[in-house]
Amino acid sequence: MSKHVVIIGNGVAGVTAARFIRKLSDFRITIISEESAHFFSRPALMYLFMGHMTWKDVKPYEDGFWEKNRIDLVHDRVEKIDTQAKKLHFRQQQPLSYDVLILATGAQSRFIGWEGEQLEGVQGMVSLEDLNQLEQQAAHIKRAVVIGGGLIGIELAEMLHTRQIPVTFLVREASFFDIVLPPEESEIVNDAIRAHHIDLRLQTETDVILGSDTVEGVRTNTGEEIPCDFVGITIGVTPNINLVKDSPIETNRGVLVDALLQTNVPDVYAIGDCNEFREDGIGHRRVDLLWYTAREHGKAVAKTICGHPTRYDRGVFFNSAKFFNVEWQTYGQVPAKLPDGVATLVWQDKTVPRLIRMNYNKADHIVLGFNTLNIRLRHDVCEQWLLEERPLDYVLKHLRAANFDPEFFRSYEEALLYQFNQQNPERPVQLKPRPSLLQRLFS
Amino acid sequence: MSGYDVSLQLTSPTHGFTGKERVGLGLVGLGVLSLVAAFFGAASVNPLAFSLVSFGLLGVGAWVYFQRYRERPAGIDNDGLVFSSSTARGALGWVLGVVLTGGYILLYWWPETIAGLIQLANPIVAWIGYGEDVYSKRWVFYGMVYTFAVVVMGIRMLYKYRHNRYQILRTISVVFFQLGFGFILPYLLVMFNKPEFYFHYFWPLKYDYLWPSGVNWLSNSAAIGVFMVFWGGVMTVIATPILTYFYGKRWYCSWVCGCGGLAETAGDPFRHLSDKSLNAWKIERWMIYSVLVFVVVTTGMLWVNSATQGAVLGGLSQKFAQWYGFGIGLVFAGVVGVGFYPIMGSRVWCRFGCPMAAILGIQQKFFSRFRITTNGGQCISCGNCSTYCEMGIDVRWYAQRGQNIVRASCVGCGVCSAVCPRGVLKLENGSRTARYNGPVLIHEDRVSVQTDASWQMGRGTAPSVLEDIPILTDNS
Repeated sequence: MSKHVVIIGNGVAGVTAARFIRKLSDFRITIISEESAHFFSRPALMYLFMGHMTWKDVKPYEDGFWEKNRIDLVHDRVEKIDTQAKKLHFRQQQPLSYDVLILATGAQSRFIGWEGEQLEGVQGMVSLEDLNQLEQQAAHIKRAVVIGGGLIGIELAEMLHTRQIPVTFLVREASFFDIVLPPEESEIVNDAIRAHHIDLRLQTETDVILGSDTVEGVRTNTGEEIPCDFVGITIGVTPNINLVKDSPIETNRGVLVDALLQTNVPDVYAIGDCNEFREDGIGHRRVDLLWYTAREHGKAVAKTICGHPTRYDRGVFFNSAKFFNVEWQTYGQVPAKLPDGVATLVWQDKTVPRLIRMNYNKADHIVLGFNTLNIRLRHDVCEQWLLEERPLDYVLKHLRAANFDPEFFRSYEEALLYQFNQQNPERPVQLKPRPSLLQRLFS
Repeated sequence: MSGYDVSLQLTSPTHGFTGKERVGLGLVGLGVLSLVAAFFGAASVNPLAFSLVSFGLLGVGAWVYFQRYRERPAGIDNDGLVFSSSTARGALGWVLGVVLTGGYILLYWWPETIAGLIQLANPIVAWIGYGEDVYSKRWVFYGMVYTFAVVVMGIRMLYKYRHNRYQILRTISVVFFQLGFGFILPYLLVMFNKPEFYFHYFWPLKYDYLWPSGVNWLSNSAAIGVFMVFWGGVMTVIATPILTYFYGKRWYCSWVCGCGGLAETAGDPFRHLSDKSLNAWKIERWMIYSVLVFVVVTTGMLWVNSATQGAVLGGLSQKFAQWYGFGIGLVFAGVVGVGFYPIMGSRVWCRFGCPMAAILGIQQKFFSRFRITTNGGQCISCGNCSTYCEMGIDVRWYAQRGQNIVRASCVGCGVCSAVCPRGVLKLENGSRTARYNGPVLIHEDRVSVQTDASWQMGRGTAPSVLEDIPILTDNS
């Protein structure tokens, strides 16, 4: 009888784990989800609401995929984990025994305890349930307030905007997402938010959410009352550990794991947004709520479970997002505030919202990271340069090799080099010449 | 819920029907009304004036309506597309599908029933000296309407994708080829008593150009006709494989071809309706290669027949030719190919039927430098790429695995790359080595591991390199 691996949660972490376990073994695999019968792309939820895609479109695999790959799906809620008997108890169906359990329960909206949070018309935006709740109200929302200037907040503002709902966007920080984005980037995004007719209120915090049964408004810390009939709370997400709270599985903010993604209970692993590393690892935070890291967790745990113990390592950091019509990519380390000993080179297009930034050590000029807005860079080239610790002049000289913009897009390399040479006349850099047409045709 | 101040800076004037959009749609409505009147014979008094007024109203109305794109910030704007009746197989979509399909049927087999409309072509017919009967001049009428649709909807494309230079240049290219090579040049040739020849169509899409009948017809027109035969042959046999080797089939399908031109302009609002399922892909392969075999066999038989003066095949090759012309040339490419836009997406013919696309596809798959590169690990599996692929390619399937996309059917329209919210896809021509799996960053078999041999854990020492793990199954 082969081992039975049970995965709670059918997000990208759980599904990636299942797929790789299937590739590496003949274990029996079961994925459990209360949220949806099939895996869907969580970042794509916004496109459902905006009318870009249908439910079918946001499912990365056809429904027949799971049976074909012998992955059992259970659409039910786990009520209790019995780690002694290695058994799961459900709301509806019969208990299920496991040999190995993977917790991939994801994250949930963070609430802060404001007065009025429980009112009707106040919600987060993380799950399919959240989306359905929003959809049911959407036709009647006359005016919305979104609280929290992060990735989900700006997406929610955009979603509401596409339904012609006026949005007031309350951002605590002095500039949008300025805990992550350096000032120039943040300013470009501020402009994009305003260009889409969002009422952006910077340095504005929520005091209290008003209303008796249903929400009627928000009072800010400046004393202003903004009338509204919908409030989106998007001040962040936090690991979803509700299920394991009353079990022997140790938790802190998330389910505590070691570098092998093992919990304190044998044969129980935790991956994706729900986990928290016991120690700081190389290059990753203890709680790391990202799509990409969840996927890597899934791969690593699959290898470990299939007999190839594999420590999770985030590798060279990367991320991306889209703020309205501004695409953001980042590779390596580009913190919002320039650390001591680090210099930055930033170029902005004068006519369109477009930016490229490189951070480098002042001492040895080694490049530490890239940030771009509406410029696409090649992931593999950037990662290679960062791993090889290339100095700035090398990177600048070869910058065209990292260009991932669609063909015929206006190049920026010359302008960036020109600016750099103006600012640093003592060490001018020449861009490596573009290969000739013949070279390009036969490379 | 009264008392909400929606008049601050934040009111959103960009969506729904603004005054300008209403004006635009109103003008389009008047243009349609004018066409209805023409249908009932009203145009006979002054076809030129009627033609100008009808198409003028439609064109100006559409232009006014398309300002909606210009008034919103540049960027991908598919808001509400899958909710809209016209673009989500709603009532409007079905009505449009029936009108288009029925229109083709009437035009092809009962043109006399729409003689009133066809009269709108009278001024051009008279000017260039085309056949005056309804059976001849319907083709001029068809060319007018087709070109008009490509130009007007091309303008929409230019507004919608004005932030994307690939889309801008590509749209200008297809509009140029339709207007110049698909409309003006052929009728200029007619005006000067030369064969009506389309320099941008080749065998096997324009099958009769290399059939004995077509070759004879052309070579009877002195030097220019011989050149046209030569041109068609060279394009089919020499230029096509070379260009496809360097640029993929997109050099033709989404930059030059008239069918592609209509799909990329008038068809753009329907591109997401293509079926992405594995089943559809299977049907696609059976159908398109069957059509290819059909046209090759038919062409071969016609030439054998012609060489043997009918001694071997008798009337059989003619029967094949007739059936091909009817079943594929008219019904599939025309009636179904365009009529089904609002139901099955804009590339039904190109995907399931076009033998030219079949040949180019084989070249693209096996003998080309073209691919769509996937950018490392940035994919979030959202599915915009697959949804907006008019050819029904499940682009995400490859992108989320970190694989490049090398598919016979890809026409290189570049919309997957345009709609990607994370900058994951890039259409490229490049070295054929590692064409499928160029930058392997999140490749299926790779997991980031630390090369720290001293790491101790309960079960021993973690290996530092895990690239050699056997993969048991590869069906996921």
